[in-house]
Amino acid sequence: MIFEWSWLPQLAHGLILTIEITVTCIAIGVVLGILLALGRVYGGKWISIPCSIYIQIFRGTPLLVQLLMIYYGLPSWGIMLSAFTSGVLALGLNTAAYQAEYLRGAIQAVKTGQLFAARSMGMSMVQAARYVVLPQAFRIVIPSWSNELILMLKYSSIVFSVTLLDLMGVAKRIASHNFLYFEVYIVVALFYLALVFMVTQLLRMLEKKVHIPGLGEHLEG
Amino acid sequence: MSLLIVENIHKKYGTEEVLKGVSFSLERGDTKVVIGPSGTGKSTLLRCINHLSSPDAGRVWLDEVEVTAAKAKINELRAQMGFVFQSFNLFSHLTALSNVRIGPVKVKRMKKEAATKLAMEELDRVGLAEKADCYPAQLSGGQQQRVSIARALAMSPKLILFDEPTSALDPELIGEVLTVMIDLAKSGMTMLVVTHEMGFARSVADEIIFMEHGVIVEQGTPEQLFSSPKSPRTGEFLHKINELYGETG
Repeated sequence: MIFEWSWLPQLAHGLILTIEITVTCIAIGVVLGILLALGRVYGGKWISIPCSIYIQIFRGTPLLVQLLMIYYGLPSWGIMLSAFTSGVLALGLNTAAYQAEYLRGAIQAVKTGQLFAARSMGMSMVQAARYVVLPQAFRIVIPSWSNELILMLKYSSIVFSVTLLDLMGVAKRIASHNFLYFEVYIVVALFYLALVFMVTQLLRMLEKKVHIPGLGEHLEG
Repeated sequence: MSLLIVENIHKKYGTEEVLKGVSFSLERGDTKVVIGPSGTGKSTLLRCINHLSSPDAGRVWLDEVEVTAAKAKINELRAQMGFVFQSFNLFSHLTALSNVRIGPVKVKRMKKEAATKLAMEELDRVGLAEKADCYPAQLSGGQQQRVSIARALAMSPKLILFDEPTSALDPELIGEVLTVMIDLAKSGMTMLVVTHEMGFARSVADEIIFMEHGVIVEQGTPEQLFSSPKSPRTGEFLHKINELYGETG
């Protein structure tokens, strides 16, 4: 009984779902986060203020509350979403708020002289943002976004609370069926650890690949 | 008609009136140098000319087109005026070559191959062809400023505005930038230069403008200003600069 490992393959399904959820929510978060950051920095007050309110709400309330609201709360307004959609939506909307703030900081870390130089050679505001400010801001923001990706990988485990069988959901089911709490959760923790390690290495490689001398170095320490 | 006409420019920051009605004109091929104590609105004047900040009143014409007009195509007009900053402001994420090339490619829609050739020629002109693949952080201040001059030149501007181009440089690096600027002036480029380099002003300027407290105190040829200034303030300023920086020629 103690060395009963037949449940191990089941975790593989959970692992795949965890990866799917993380990738999808990060994708939502990046797209929405960029839009929110641009709205905050370049939008006039009619765009900037709503973006700011969004960010405050999603950063100021617990992720778990947001998830339960979407899955169990929205149906009372007639909006029924599947557990998977609810999960990635909650995680995506939440990480978008954080990513927006990191990117806004990075955009503002690009010296104003860069913008002046771009405008003074005849670039429009859009061109200056696209060719000069954002390429620098994206490089500056990579370390913060890496942390966010790792957090999301781990936070994705809360989707078990809306019945999804991700790594955590599968583990919980196996553990409570077989009373193997210790073994199962240890293994699951190792799975997360391995995932985080791989992601960290990938992001380090990305950071090195797009590194430019003198840019964003002050953030590396 | 003059290439650049500046007419009665006023600019306030808060309650502080930085420019109190500045007027002058600049002829094609001429170099005009603006001197004066810090905080007298010299940099603001340059920024009002290319509309990086908009003047509260007054008008500016570039080659008979009004820059200050409500319907002015400001991006097109800016593309015709180079601007060289005190702090260089090279794009940090681009190599020297890309810094020089980006204007022609993105603003003038030049083909990339043609723009690369042009950019290399301009880098060569400032003596930095071999640094084409370096990023700004890998260049000295003097080299960065020369690249930024090449970046301005690549747009084939009608004139170049220089905002204290050597003030942020270590003394031993000032010479290489001034040499490039002297060559430019000789080649017939129209230049408006704000600087404290009196040697440059004396030897290169067709005319010098002395500004103080937001107004032009006096303008004239270098000989007039240096040997027989009309205003006692001009004389005092030149004397002070002379004491600070030693010889002025």
